[in-house]
Amino acid sequence: MPALLEVRDLVVRYEPPVGPPVLAVDGLDLEIHEREAVGVVGESGSGKTTVLLATLGLLPPDARVVRGSVRWQGRDLLAMGERQRREVRGAEVSVVFQDPALALNPFRRVGPQIAEVIAAHERCSAAERRARTLQALHEVHLADPSAVHDAYPHELSGGQRQRIAIAQALVCRPALLLADEPTASLDTVTQAEIRALLVDLRRRTGLSVLLVSHELRSVAALADRVVVLHAGRAVEAGPAAQVFGAPVHPYTRALLAASPRALIADPTVPWVAAAGGAHGA
Amino acid sequence: MGPESGALLAVRGLTKVYPRRRGGRVEALRGVDLTVGRRRALALVGQSGSGKSTLARCVARLEEATSGEVWFEGVELLSRRGRALRPWRERLQLVLQDSATALDPRHDAAAIVREPLDALGRGTPAERRARAAELMEKVGLPAACAARRPRELSGGERQRLAIARALAVRPALLVLDEAFAGLDVSVQAQVARLLDDLRARDGLTYLHVSHDLALMAEVADDVAVLCEGRVVEAGPAQDVLRHPQHPHTRALVAAAASLPALAPQERAC
Amino acid sequence: MLLAVSALTFLLSEWAPGDFFDEMRLDPRLSDETVRALRERHGLDRPLPERYLRWLVSVLQGHLGFSFAYGQPAAALLWPRARNTLVLTASASALAWLAALPLGCAWARRRRGPLAAALGGGTAVLLAVPDVVVALALMVAALRTGWLPVGGMASLGHEEMTAAARLRDLAAHLALPALALALGMLPMLLRHVRTAVAGALDEPFVLAARAHGIPEWRILTRHALPAAANPLVSLFGLSLASLLSMSLLVEAVMGWPGLGPLLLEAILARDFHLVLASVLASTVFLLGGNLAADLLLVAVDPRIRAEGA
Repeated sequence: MPALLEVRDLVVRYEPPVGPPVLAVDGLDLEIHEREAVGVVGESGSGKTTVLLATLGLLPPDARVVRGSVRWQGRDLLAMGERQRREVRGAEVSVVFQDPALALNPFRRVGPQIAEVIAAHERCSAAERRARTLQALHEVHLADPSAVHDAYPHELSGGQRQRIAIAQALVCRPALLLADEPTASLDTVTQAEIRALLVDLRRRTGLSVLLVSHELRSVAALADRVVVLHAGRAVEAGPAAQVFGAPVHPYTRALLAASPRALIADPTVPWVAAAGGAHGA
Repeated sequence: MGPESGALLAVRGLTKVYPRRRGGRVEALRGVDLTVGRRRALALVGQSGSGKSTLARCVARLEEATSGEVWFEGVELLSRRGRALRPWRERLQLVLQDSATALDPRHDAAAIVREPLDALGRGTPAERRARAAELMEKVGLPAACAARRPRELSGGERQRLAIARALAVRPALLVLDEAFAGLDVSVQAQVARLLDDLRARDGLTYLHVSHDLALMAEVADDVAVLCEGRVVEAGPAQDVLRHPQHPHTRALVAAAASLPALAPQERAC
Repeated sequence: MLLAVSALTFLLSEWAPGDFFDEMRLDPRLSDETVRALRERHGLDRPLPERYLRWLVSVLQGHLGFSFAYGQPAAALLWPRARNTLVLTASASALAWLAALPLGCAWARRRRGPLAAALGGGTAVLLAVPDVVVALALMVAALRTGWLPVGGMASLGHEEMTAAARLRDLAAHLALPALALALGMLPMLLRHVRTAVAGALDEPFVLAARAHGIPEWRILTRHALPAAANPLVSLFGLSLASLLSMSLLVEAVMGWPGLGPLLLEAILARDFHLVLASVLASTVFLLGGNLAADLLLVAVDPRIRAEGA
């Protein structure tokens, strides 16, 4: 089966007006197949967000793709015109960013911001857009879609905002969702809820996910396959259980060792076992 | 009512009510009691909106509590104002979550560490410079960082810088509000180790404020769980984590436990 | 605010040497007794605080005082002039904003290149040249080409024109002073629009909108401009102050029968009540503009709306 997204030998360099150029991505290969969730793990500066922005064609002006290709369903995204790329973004490949407080426009109500994504890609009436917006809000398990529809972002909690960002990303039914640290700005309980939502959405819609994160355990909770990124290179890749269970590369081992000790749950306490707590340390 | 002996910080019945313009009010803190012993590390854990940051800000007197007492080194702080408060302000320092925004972007690292000393006029300029260099070394910032501005430093370096600045005035207590948030896991571990070293060497006491119970169980001795402005559970960190009693604490533990435990075979603990 | 401005004007006029009637003394036909009697009648012999209080009371009753020079109530002189100033400043303001918004947006989107260089240079030149020089240059150009009438606000015989022709005549006379004022405001507005829109375009939610495939035009109008509106609306309020002071000058230079020439004459003639009334009218304009700006601010920023109500 051909890959949905195929990144080959991607090299991206930042060339700031002052200071030396920085190689952010250095010959990266990456594949995502249909219905697959791939986790890209790396610390800050590893180039993981750059990969995501390059895929969308949204690199900042001082970044340059030196070589390589990014193919979306066989079409070269990097060679595409801006107009075609715009048609892919949001409709076929969509994205959820780290901090929904920043990703949503604070000056506009939530509903129109979602409806606008539909309007950007499809021809349909305002009433239809509203209905689909409410449906999208419902699908991310927001309790009162019509109240949320008319709210401003600042009137909602962090968890609600991230659900809205997910609804906005998925409203046009893209095949691939890029998720950049989607839980990092949330508290632990809300993180768990958003992770559960992503798992649920994948199961229901067959969505593919590219999850980018520095937090190994949240990647382990969501991804089938893992790529460990270090200084712009993939130092280790493979099924999640293999990479986390039997890491080969010293960098992966160091990351694992630094990760907070596995949560210890007493298996005799029934509610922890039910929540999926594993027996560690 | 005085604090029990041995406690560095004792919070008694602290409340904070925010008035709302459209009538009504928000009770952020509804009578919080906390005790932190000398050289201990207490973590105050709660979800966003639980009031934990409000508590940190009230203790550091960045905000005025509505009622209650804060005993620090045997002195009640809330009844003191202005000049009478100044010596205690130095003994109690706050380290904020996003160190990138809390540090002046126009100054280099050395100037940032030196700033509190300059402001207080401690020693000669040469002595202050020497002290700043000493502090940066203490928190493990290489000398090359001295001339860099905050945005030229990594997240971990910025957090070390924020700690160095807090230490400049020789505090007894650091209040750390989400000091680990936004840091890479390996950097979190380094900062945790740094805090342990500083505690052993200088006898510092920590009050952590965080949403991450699992992480706090590793860096703190004791944990207090805050829910809707009240402490619902408190005790030794490992006890709270392993045997949570209150439903809210259980929710926090369950959230952490929903993550797989990463325990490669060769990591024997 | 109004109180402070009027009190200040009172004080300053007190410190200024002489009053309207001092000049009368130079007239050999008037005896000292007559002048003294006139001064008494107008209360100029009373101490300053008392005069101020009397004036305040009369203003509150709707009397703006009496113009010594014109021999008419100041209010009657003021209203047509104030209306003319309002027409001029409103059209200049509209002109300046209509030019500044699209140009500023274009500049913000392309921060390098020929357009940015042209705008950068143009605004720098306009900022450096005093407004009076701009006004004079425009007048010279209009006189040379004869395209636009110079001075006044209506042609001779405009009473006989049809309504439409009268409006066209007014517009032609308005064009020059409005253009001069707009050119005076434009560089500042343009630079602020660019900065505000550029800042808004750098916001993460603009990146997010692009990532969802929102067209660029829509990003500009629906995301960046609303986000930039906040500082721009505040700027609108502030710019009214400079616009007003500029307009007093431009009106005097270009012969637009607004508050500017009136105020100038009144000051030169030491026509005290008229000065006060003109200053008061200007202040009311300014306050009205700032109030409008504040109301707009509440309308554009939902966060202020939430706190304010």
